[in-house]
Amino acid sequence: MKPAPFRYERPETLDRALAALAAEPGAKVLAGGQSLIPLMSMRLSSVPLLIDINGLSDLAHITVDETGVRFGAIVRHSDLLEHGGAREVQPLIAAALAHVAHPTIRNRGTTVGSIVHADASGEMPMILCLTGGSLTVASTQGRREIAATDLFIGPLETSLEAEEIAVEAFMPALAAGSGIAYDEIARRHGDYALCGVGAVVTLDEQGRVTHARTGYVSVSETPVIVDVTECFDEGQVDERSLTAAGELALGQLDPETDIHGTSDYRAQLARSLTARVLRTAHEDARARGAQKVSA
Amino acid sequence: MSMTDPISEETHPVRLRVNGISYDIDIPPRRLLSDALRHDIGLTGTHVGCEHGVCGACTILVDGKPTRACLMFAIGAQDVEITTVEGLTRQDGTLAPVQQAFKDCHGLQCGFCTPGFLTTIAAGISDNPDPDQEQAREMIAGNLCRCTGYQNIVASVLRAAELQREEDAS
Repeated sequence: MKPAPFRYERPETLDRALAALAAEPGAKVLAGGQSLIPLMSMRLSSVPLLIDINGLSDLAHITVDETGVRFGAIVRHSDLLEHGGAREVQPLIAAALAHVAHPTIRNRGTTVGSIVHADASGEMPMILCLTGGSLTVASTQGRREIAATDLFIGPLETSLEAEEIAVEAFMPALAAGSGIAYDEIARRHGDYALCGVGAVVTLDEQGRVTHARTGYVSVSETPVIVDVTECFDEGQVDERSLTAAGELALGQLDPETDIHGTSDYRAQLARSLTARVLRTAHEDARARGAQKVSA
Repeated sequence: MSMTDPISEETHPVRLRVNGISYDIDIPPRRLLSDALRHDIGLTGTHVGCEHGVCGACTILVDGKPTRACLMFAIGAQDVEITTVEGLTRQDGTLAPVQQAFKDCHGLQCGFCTPGFLTTIAAGISDNPDPDQEQAREMIAGNLCRCTGYQNIVASVLRAAELQREEDAS
């Protein structure tokens, strides 16, 4: 359980980090290391050069405005989770982060790192998709923004090029009239979810559902977002619409059997959690609407 | 390379701040912080269990926050203040509230997992001086123990918080 030998650099500027990465195909970037270091220790990943970006203080920012939340590549899960402004503007972030591993891991692990690790059992890749977010990546050639929908192309695989470093993620603000929920079932709180589901529900001024979408963790190879608006054609959240939403979502999921649970069990979790989070997100939207009226 | 050749690796001078003392060591980049603490510095209070971040035995405090020592490289830990279980004991050798609480409540049997629990709980009761049962369970959810069945450890969390509050009040 010791990593194989590697060379190590800890650049003090992003430009130096990008130059080091461009010069060494196969080098890996170390931020929090809570996924990378176990992979290296188990010798599942062999790294010629490790580029430690923890010295890049330019990537430690959390910026919140009315458009949404931006956070840099070395922002720890715990710092983002505790950020009051981020919680207010896009509450899905904190709702899901509370389920990311254990507090001790969140103290070191980074949210951007978790996103580019692209594990379909990770909460934050799905949340980036569900919020309609994006990732800014940089290389010696310049910067580009990748929409969440174009980012995840396979298990542990993103559309980043080998010489690119993810520098910042953006998650748009929760739209007016909307509510959110996230819930998951794991064998032990903090363990990988057997299934996790997030939801955003938007209501019109009469309280009718105008838009509803759900996002899934651990029941597909990449994060899956399902627009379930059509199930609420009468604008009501009831047993019929919630059941229909679960069935619609299952059609787009591929729950697999593994040591932790069978395919059927995961499908059942996806069904029940879909109904549960849609109901909660609906209540949340009403509560937020009421709060706004009274304010 | 034959089996008898010594493995040679490039090493780097690294300075770590542990329990308020600076240590200068010469290590390869792949040295895990847990191994640097135990083998290079000689502080064997930090225990190494699973070595991939699951068991929590190697938990130390990094700038006061619980962190897995097996999920950091020592070379990347030069700008932080590290506290190990040795650093919890007071200067005069008396036990810290969390250590006293484990003694009072039989919070350990074999003791292998204990250092990770002690550091985690020391930081936990500093954040939340009056945890309830549920919060005590959540505090230690990232640490595994195969002896006690956890009941006594939860009792230890509550007792540690109580001792700390008494101390802070006096």
